Amino acid sequence: MNHIALKMLMGDKGKYLGIIMGLTFASLIMTQQPAIFVGLMARSYSFISDVALPDIWVMDSKVQFIDDIKPMQETELYRVRGISGVDWAMPMYKGLLKVRLADGAFQTCNVIGLDDATLIGGPATMLKGTLADLRQSDAVIVDIDGAKDKLSKPSPSAGQKNIPLQIGDSLELNDHRGIIVGIAKVTRTFQSQPVIYTTYSRAKTYAPRERRILSFILVKAKPNQDPYQLIERIKATTGLAAYTQQGFKELTYNYFMKNTGIPINFGITITLGFIIGTAIAGQTFYNFTLENLRQFGVLKAMGASNAQLLKMILLQAVLVGSIGYGLGVGLAALFGFAMRYSIMAFKLPWQLLVFSGLGVGFICIIAALISILKVIRLEPAIVFKN
Amino acid sequence: MNSAISCQNIIKTYNTDGQIVTALNGINVEIGLGELMMLVGPSGCGKTTLISIIAGILNQDSGQCLLFGEDFQALTNKEQLRFRAHNIGFVFQAYNLLPALNAIENVSVPLIINGTKRAIAEQKAKEILEQMGLSERMKALPAQLSGGQQQRVAIARALVHSPRLIVCDEPTSALDHKSGHIIMTLLKSIALKHDRALVIVTHDARIFNFADRIAEMDDGHIIKISTTTATETN
Ligand SMILES: Nc1ncnc2c1ncn2[C@@H]1O[C@H](COP(=O)(O)OP(=O)(O)OP(=O)(O)O)[C@@H](O)[C@H]1O
Ligand SMILES: [Mg+2]
Repeated sequence: MNHIALKMLMGDKGKYLGIIMGLTFASLIMTQQPAIFVGLMARSYSFISDVALPDIWVMDSKVQFIDDIKPMQETELYRVRGISGVDWAMPMYKGLLKVRLADGAFQTCNVIGLDDATLIGGPATMLKGTLADLRQSDAVIVDIDGAKDKLSKPSPSAGQKNIPLQIGDSLELNDHRGIIVGIAKVTRTFQSQPVIYTTYSRAKTYAPRERRILSFILVKAKPNQDPYQLIERIKATTGLAAYTQQGFKELTYNYFMKNTGIPINFGITITLGFIIGTAIAGQTFYNFTLENLRQFGVLKAMGASNAQLLKMILLQAVLVGSIGYGLGVGLAALFGFAMRYSIMAFKLPWQLLVFSGLGVGFICIIAALISILKVIRLEPAIVFKN
Repeated sequence: MNSAISCQNIIKTYNTDGQIVTALNGINVEIGLGELMMLVGPSGCGKTTLISIIAGILNQDSGQCLLFGEDFQALTNKEQLRFRAHNIGFVFQAYNLLPALNAIENVSVPLIINGTKRAIAEQKAKEILEQMGLSERMKALPAQLSGGQQQRVAIARALVHSPRLIVCDEPTSALDHKSGHIIMTLLKSIALKHDRALVIVTHDARIFNFADRIAEMDDGHIIKISTTTATETN
């Protein structure tokens, strides 16, 4: 009966394509929108991901997420260094500072101050210059997106594109000069502000005078030291908060999930996509069955059992579902690929593929079920009606 | 037992939104093995309803209908399906071929429903299509065939699993005289055998002389059964 089911399905090319398109659309929306969502949410903690070396992040106990800076006293750094099991502990400054551009305009930037000696926590990828160049006087490193966009210099001839910042150009941070010695690639963050790296001590001069300036302490555990035990020890000794890299990511992610409208907005989009997708695909598939009802009636009259017909409809649903899902996910991936250099957030983890796969599967099962009910209730005597 | 069908006091009413229509009002009829019986009568007199009950695709309200000695209505659902799948062939006025299947595939459907392997089923389908004079058109889709050719495919489909009863509703009324004549000749020569019965509902007076007996119906009753004398052969 399988070949009959397949021929029936593909016999009318127009309708067949219609069903596939409905399911493709549903899969696309159910994959692409959540992928943007996951991508956006990943941006909330991308800065943490970029800092690869330390095992543990130590911070004020009230910090709720990565950009929620609650500075500590610098003495905390020395207390942490004294805790057993700590291999090294480095200071990090992170703060939003206003930067004066060449044309006099101000731009808020994310300024990161790294330990002067080791420069731990620096950008993973340097496009121009090296991290060590930060040791030169007044040296700063800017990220490529910032250099090209928000920090770029206006072109001398009107109507031309802005000129990206180059090595040797200078900026002004709180009346202090910063000279660009390198261009880095950093993962885009949530706010997409330009990122400026410098040394910890220079960052202190850029930052407004405050008693507390230390944002984070980056800790490496000694070999064979269980990081979770060390975290407990740090917390007990200092009263500060400490997280593994993953733990800090989760803290940040959960904060955004709970305290921003992003999940709700995407939830609505995804739900709408799901409903529209179900409506289109379910409707076309159901219509397809309705239009073929007479054929099912003929098969029934000739002695085909409900189980046989059910198998036929399921096969049809599974086939259009798989093709639609494949095309939809393919299109979503293509979209993500096309947007890879843009400001768009997009992340397609396997869990998301499972999610949209289940979604499409659900749509197909619903559509098939309604169709099957119709066929089961069908009186074979309709075959003699004209 | 030499009657293929034996119906006693069949009553069938339809209930549409509280409106009750009595389609069959006490039908008694016997159809013998090797017999071709035609059902004739004015529109709405209950012909289609009667062959639907005879073919087991519709249940009567009361009365008994024996098919080859078997009380169809007493069978379980599953047994009914099996019985129909093995014993009954259908020919419809509107052919009712599956439009996406070619002639061979259409004809093989009843065998496939019975669980026959596709290759074997299609081989049998080919043989019977050849008998129907359709050797040249086996791969054609229904839409590519003339009405007469489609009806020949439909007859091949009704015969392919060697059923003992073949029911036809208006098999020739969509066809011109010549095609109708060919169809009836094929039906009578290939479908009708000593252990089989053929029931044909028709308005078409041009084919009456193919019948062994003609049952005239009116208003849910059989009012007259006549034996034709001038039986035409091919
Ligand atoms: N499914 C149904 N629901 C309600 N009434 C029906 C149904 N099928 C048939 N009827 C009614 O039952 C009566 C007999 O119908 P049937 O189709 O058996 O007549 P027929 O002799 O085949 O007519 P025709 O020559 O027009 O095909 C008619 O009055 C018809 O309106
Ligand atoms: Mg009728």
